[in-house]
Amino acid sequence: MPLFSSKATIIAVRDQISDVLKGHNADYVEIRFEESQATHLAYRGERLEEIGRTRNSGGNVRALVKGSWGFVSFDCLEKLKDEVALAVEEARLANGEEFKFLPAGPVLDTVRVVSPKDAASVSLATKKQLLDEYDDIILSSPKIQSSNVTYRDITRKVVFANSEGSYIEQAKPDLTLRLAAIARDNNEIQQAGFSLGSRGDFCAVEGLQKQVKGIARRAAALLTAPQAKGGEYTIILDPILAGVFAHEAFGHLSEADFVYQNEQMRKIMVLGRRFGGKQLNIVDDATISNLRGSYKYDDEGTPSSKNYLIQEGVLVGRLHSRETAGRMGEKATGNARALSYLFPPIVRMSNTFIESGHSSFEEMLGEIKEGIYVKDWYGGTTSLEMFTFSAGEAYMIRNGKLAELLRPVVLSGNVFVTLKNIDAIGGDLRMNQGGGCGKGGQSPLPVSNGSPHIRIRRCVVGGR
Amino acid sequence: MESLLPEEVLHSAKKVTDEAEVFQISSRETPIHFEANRLKQIQTKESTSIALRIFREGKIGFAQASGGDGAASLIDMAVETAQLGSVAKFQFPSLMSYPEVSIFDPQVEKVTMEEMVKMGEELIDELTQHTSDILCDVGVTKGTASVHILNSQGGAASYNKSFFSFSLEGVLIRNEDMLFVADSEGSCCLPVSVDRLAGDIIRQLEWAREKAAVPTRLLPVVFTPSGVASAFLSPLALAFNGKTILEGASPLKGKLGKQLFDSNFSMWDDATINYSLGSCPCDDEGVGSRRLPLISGGGISNFLYDLQTAALAGTQSTGHGRRVAGGFPKPGVSSLIIGEGDVSFESMIADIKEGLIVEQLIGAEQGNLLSGDFGGNVLLGYKVENGKIVGRVKDTMISGNVYRVLKELLGIGDKRRWVEGILYTPHLYCLGVSVAAKCR
Repeated sequence: MPLFSSKATIIAVRDQISDVLKGHNADYVEIRFEESQATHLAYRGERLEEIGRTRNSGGNVRALVKGSWGFVSFDCLEKLKDEVALAVEEARLANGEEFKFLPAGPVLDTVRVVSPKDAASVSLATKKQLLDEYDDIILSSPKIQSSNVTYRDITRKVVFANSEGSYIEQAKPDLTLRLAAIARDNNEIQQAGFSLGSRGDFCAVEGLQKQVKGIARRAAALLTAPQAKGGEYTIILDPILAGVFAHEAFGHLSEADFVYQNEQMRKIMVLGRRFGGKQLNIVDDATISNLRGSYKYDDEGTPSSKNYLIQEGVLVGRLHSRETAGRMGEKATGNARALSYLFPPIVRMSNTFIESGHSSFEEMLGEIKEGIYVKDWYGGTTSLEMFTFSAGEAYMIRNGKLAELLRPVVLSGNVFVTLKNIDAIGGDLRMNQGGGCGKGGQSPLPVSNGSPHIRIRRCVVGGR
Repeated sequence: MESLLPEEVLHSAKKVTDEAEVFQISSRETPIHFEANRLKQIQTKESTSIALRIFREGKIGFAQASGGDGAASLIDMAVETAQLGSVAKFQFPSLMSYPEVSIFDPQVEKVTMEEMVKMGEELIDELTQHTSDILCDVGVTKGTASVHILNSQGGAASYNKSFFSFSLEGVLIRNEDMLFVADSEGSCCLPVSVDRLAGDIIRQLEWAREKAAVPTRLLPVVFTPSGVASAFLSPLALAFNGKTILEGASPLKGKLGKQLFDSNFSMWDDATINYSLGSCPCDDEGVGSRRLPLISGGGISNFLYDLQTAALAGTQSTGHGRRVAGGFPKPGVSSLIIGEGDVSFESMIADIKEGLIVEQLIGAEQGNLLSGDFGGNVLLGYKVENGKIVGRVKDTMISGNVYRVLKELLGIGDKRRWVEGILYTPHLYCLGVSVAAKCR
């Protein structure tokens, strides 16, 4: 049975859900259905390598019995009653420690996303023509060996219903583009790239000719660039990389599921504790309009909210699901998100950023005798205490001035020490929409992050 | 599900295309999660996905669907993409015989959720008896998958696979100091013993008991099997990928037969090992599995190819076409095996005056993988001083290049083990890896 290809089916699904939600033996039951359609194109060098379309639908049931969860995912609706029974049986077996959900009123809503230029309505031929052009720009640049271009747009419709009477339909479109130029000179191979995204708005990937040319030039320049000497440096991060830092170094630590069952972590992450200087403010906010991490309700039906994690250097909040909020006696923040119907929601970030401060880039730079200016994003990861992230572009700083281009560098540090070492924050906040977040096997989840330029003292840089 | 039999899709597709291929995978999986030593969630995941690849007017079209979608829209989507698709350079394989590989154990399905819960509890008990304040996230997973491949050349492949696995991540927090230990174990057949897993985690806890600092300079490094996976797996898998070779982005392009690694270093890919998690009788395009030497005595012997990449490169598929989530088949490893050497781990350690043992890196894949660079923060590693392990290092990064580091090895371990079900490797004792540590 098609899930909700027609209005009649939606009504049928709705009736069926309310039917199965009536008779169950659990403290709480929720059902999520999802239908998605995606288009993807991929290039390697002068070849269009992939052009494909996908169409997926499925659903899941999650049941809560005495503090434990059962979860069943499926791709056909016909045995919904059985799936609910199985989820309840699983939850009974789990037999964990009970907790109280804070009461949440039933929500009835339908959320649509209006894009200036909806990618789903742009023809395949137009998409290919634009990407052909970008690929050609890379390949026609000197010393370029190959290119790597991947594009994907997806329209998703998610229906959520729970035993408290909520029924929410949400559109969740997403679009990503990644471009990389690969330069080669004998055995030297270097690459440079960038990635961006939008909530399904095709305009975001148009008009990038200049940036594309830029990455091709940079890849070629890296062939002769030196590698940084490993050690401790004062570094300046550009808004993109500083956003990745905010996400990796602090954002994950503020996800309550890392904290709520761990006494030691609770002590470390106690609200009111000072983490950084007075100028440091870190926010997670899914309510900002039209960013990749924006949404009206999370995957537990909780309305999204703006949350200060750090305010004037002090820990003031954290991100919650209904369970972590209930167990910690705090308020649910609407951060329980699931990658797709195949997964249960877990605590995730949305749009995470460091708020603007007052330093100018020139001031930050001028005070550095020897340091590194790191730009752009290549990757990042965290173990909560230690984080690493890598810059796509880096320059030495000597005597207050930008000097030679360096090979991409990997930076690493201890979050508690590093946040205290942020000694200057710029006034030029910018959001980056090119990332995806991975956690608990659910990757990549659409998020965005951002920051103004920031300066960090004593950061470990890997190198020769 | 409604009428999505591979035979019917192929039959309908043949009417409007030159050639067609259908790939269907159905799976049922039961993962059980313990969080912070407590049973948290039991899941059941069932899904069926079907992919259609067609040639139409010589061009490739592709579509994938799951859920209640009809076969009709699958064909329409594939036809639409074929209008803009790349030129098909290969032919689908006709009916062939495949190697005998055992990858299904009917006992796996019979393990009850209660029994799995008990296994997880026993593993946690064993660790908390050793270190009472460790908090473990444990996963116990059983599952089965069934794969059907059919194409218009008469090719047909079909197999069932089972899998059972344990994973453990432990965290020990004292004040602000966090220690992470982790390992996993899995197989297509039962019993899967947790003894090796528990033993290795306890060893990690023992070695990490004290703290030690390393200097910022070149040091000899012993990579444990999980350290080998953490540092070398990604750059090596990328370098031997036929696509990277074809586009000239691999340093190994044009180096077949050349001696680039230590003469005692050998590596091969093998999907024919019985009950190994990466094994299967054929790849995702219906090309038979085999043991493929990649590095033989330090020399480059083969690269990994799927059908289209092989055709473009003027060679044959090696049976390494792998599909990931709704995408085209691409060259990929199944199980990478590194040949064992004759140096015991103990004698490697005894040989080191000042050096490092690397067990786990974070951020290792963020460098320039194409040129063979590896690096990252040492999430779990230990300092060796005068032949003895003296404690765990922190705030330490390593960086190096696989082609330089594996060119001359100080030693290859005499024992091997599986890491993440994908790499079977001994310890590797390497000279001169760059280490950067935070000044104290």
